[in-house]
Amino acid sequence: MLELIVISTLNGVLFGMLLFLLSSGLTVIFSMMGVLNFAHASFYMLGAFFGFQLTKWIGFWPALVLAPLLVGAIGMAVERYGLRNTHKHGHVAELLLTFGLAFAIEEIVSMIWGKSPVDYRVPALLDFPAFTIFSTNYPAYKLFMLAVSIVIFIALLIVLKRTRVGLIVQAALTHPHMVGHLGHNVGRVFMAVFGVGSALAGLAGVIAGPALVTQSDMAAALGPILFVVIVFGGLGSLPGAFIASLVIGLVQTFAVALDGSLASAFGPLDPSAGPSVLTDIWNVTIAQVAPIVPYLLLVIILIVRPMGLMGTRES
Amino acid sequence: MTAKVTPTSTSASNAPGKPAGDGLRFYGVWLLGIAALIVLPMLFSSGGSLTSFSLIGIAIVFALSYNILLGQTGLLSFGHAVHYGLGGFAACHMMNAVVAHKWPIPLPFIPLFGGLGGLVFAIIIGWVMTKRAGTVFAMISLGIGELVASSSLILRSVFGGESGVTTDRTALPKMFGWSFGPQLQVYYLIAFWLVLSAIAMYALTRTPLGRISNAVRDNPERVQFIGYDPHVVRYLAFCFAGFFAGVAGGLAAINFEIANSAYLGAIQSGLVLFSTFIGGTAYFFGPILGAILVTYLQLGLTSVTSVWQLYFGIIFIGIVMFSPGGIAGLLMMHRPLVRAGTLRTVILSYLVAVVPTVALACGVILAIETVARFSGGETINLFGIGFKPQSPVTWIVALVLLVGGGFVARLSWGRIAEAWDRAATVARDRGYLA
Repeated sequence: MLELIVISTLNGVLFGMLLFLLSSGLTVIFSMMGVLNFAHASFYMLGAFFGFQLTKWIGFWPALVLAPLLVGAIGMAVERYGLRNTHKHGHVAELLLTFGLAFAIEEIVSMIWGKSPVDYRVPALLDFPAFTIFSTNYPAYKLFMLAVSIVIFIALLIVLKRTRVGLIVQAALTHPHMVGHLGHNVGRVFMAVFGVGSALAGLAGVIAGPALVTQSDMAAALGPILFVVIVFGGLGSLPGAFIASLVIGLVQTFAVALDGSLASAFGPLDPSAGPSVLTDIWNVTIAQVAPIVPYLLLVIILIVRPMGLMGTRES
Repeated sequence: MTAKVTPTSTSASNAPGKPAGDGLRFYGVWLLGIAALIVLPMLFSSGGSLTSFSLIGIAIVFALSYNILLGQTGLLSFGHAVHYGLGGFAACHMMNAVVAHKWPIPLPFIPLFGGLGGLVFAIIIGWVMTKRAGTVFAMISLGIGELVASSSLILRSVFGGESGVTTDRTALPKMFGWSFGPQLQVYYLIAFWLVLSAIAMYALTRTPLGRISNAVRDNPERVQFIGYDPHVVRYLAFCFAGFFAGVAGGLAAINFEIANSAYLGAIQSGLVLFSTFIGGTAYFFGPILGAILVTYLQLGLTSVTSVWQLYFGIIFIGIVMFSPGGIAGLLMMHRPLVRAGTLRTVILSYLVAVVPTVALACGVILAIETVARFSGGETINLFGIGFKPQSPVTWIVALVLLVGGGFVARLSWGRIAEAWDRAATVARDRGYLA
């Protein structure tokens, strides 16, 4: 049991940090521009596939730098030529643009790389067990992922809290118009933030690709969870996004690892009652419920605290 | 008068107090639609076209129900298929129960139970969901959609797991001697419910609730000041939308004789959003156009290309970026010009633009298909000309069409804009455009 707790905690924190790499960009973009970027998870997927392709051509380490830059460039182009032109039609149009984009990116990816998973492997340099804990080998690559996410997290924190650029971004989070009035080129700030956010998502894709499955439906699978994270944490709140990422990461990892059901806890139901909704619920294991746990959390938080954990805004 | 400017123009054309000719035209359009529904299967009686018509009919009801949310109340939902799917399941279970208990309920009443299925879920979940509008509502609807779609695989006794719930529509009591075995009879059943739902949903837009929904969409704060609760209005609109989506789901269940978890899923929700938005949300007939086009494309393209969804995405992005009013919005933009009699110059500029635009579209199609079929090596058949995806000739043709067509098309679009400005100026001078 202790083994399960330790390993699941490690994996959960790792998944949570990955989620934060994505949700941080998403929530900053949302607060500044009012755009919920539906294509954010698609940028993550693009990162994974670019990482896979570039690893094949030039190796993993250059890919680790180049792929996020490429994704960031695509993100900036989307902001400059797509969102900026759509802005005049309102937020719903912007949201729908990113929705269509997510749809198109998924189709393009499956058109180029096929619908089945690609063989994106852990680089040989990191392909060894880092340590053995209670008979389980913990792969070094996962520690590397954790390290990268933490480094990015700290870098983001320093940039946002200690630099002039961060100051402008922070100001634009709450008072975008005022920042514009003060003479900053808000358009360029938006484009840069969108680019950095997409690049972070791309980076998450590059490092997550070998550990998770790199497949054309990975964006569709992760996207909704990402939205749960930023609603759960409170829209536009970076600390909220951080806490929510860790909570969702841990909850989901533990749920997958646990095999218990109500039947195993309290014994099977009377078989003469026949199959019903009750027997379904009684017999389902926690691992089977894992995919819906984030959404259940979403519904609960909406009833208990509609603005999210750390959110301050009503809309 | 100004179709483009007022978002409430769903009703602009036939507001009360207009001359009698307008009323005649209004009822004429509806009667014409009904007549077309009756005559269509006589003109195209093949099995394939009957199936297509049935699917289009279901899609129209579904898209119209979605527009109660998006167009009327301004709620962007990414999980509308939940009500559609639950309606489908409710209809399937009801049909099986009718057969098992020998209740005297004939098939034509079944979609009503589908509607109730969608409505009940909307009543339960809607109050929490509609607390807030805008982006938050969009995300919550997405989350609820995922929740229900995933739960449907867990609650096997209700949703039948992966295989779904099957039923037999011919086992129900007969009505007018119809067994509803042949597709033609199912088509007329769908057409009947389509007309009924369309009239009901149109009537809904004319009620005080429909009006106040529009107000909630445009300015919720003001609605609060005049004493209405926007939350309640959104909730009611959500329930109505859920009901009619359930009706569409019930019709689908009758048509396919099965309901499975794909009914509830994100793809279905995305399709209805595409249909409605491509058709145009500001007009009642917009979603009808969109549903016809999207369903037709879906049926037509799947046999021609494996990447048909990509074309959907591109069309959708194009509509969002260049014509957020959808096809209906584009059409209605021309109304003041027609009235002012200045449409001719615009049409001429359209004709000039047709050739380069088609060339550009061909370039895009050729480029996409080249990438899509590169590994397989199947020949691309474009207007009867075969292109080999691996040959450089194809790449050059695609590039020339893309760059050349794109360049000339941009020029011709510029001319359209000029012609449009001129025509609109004249129309404005004559008092047909604000």
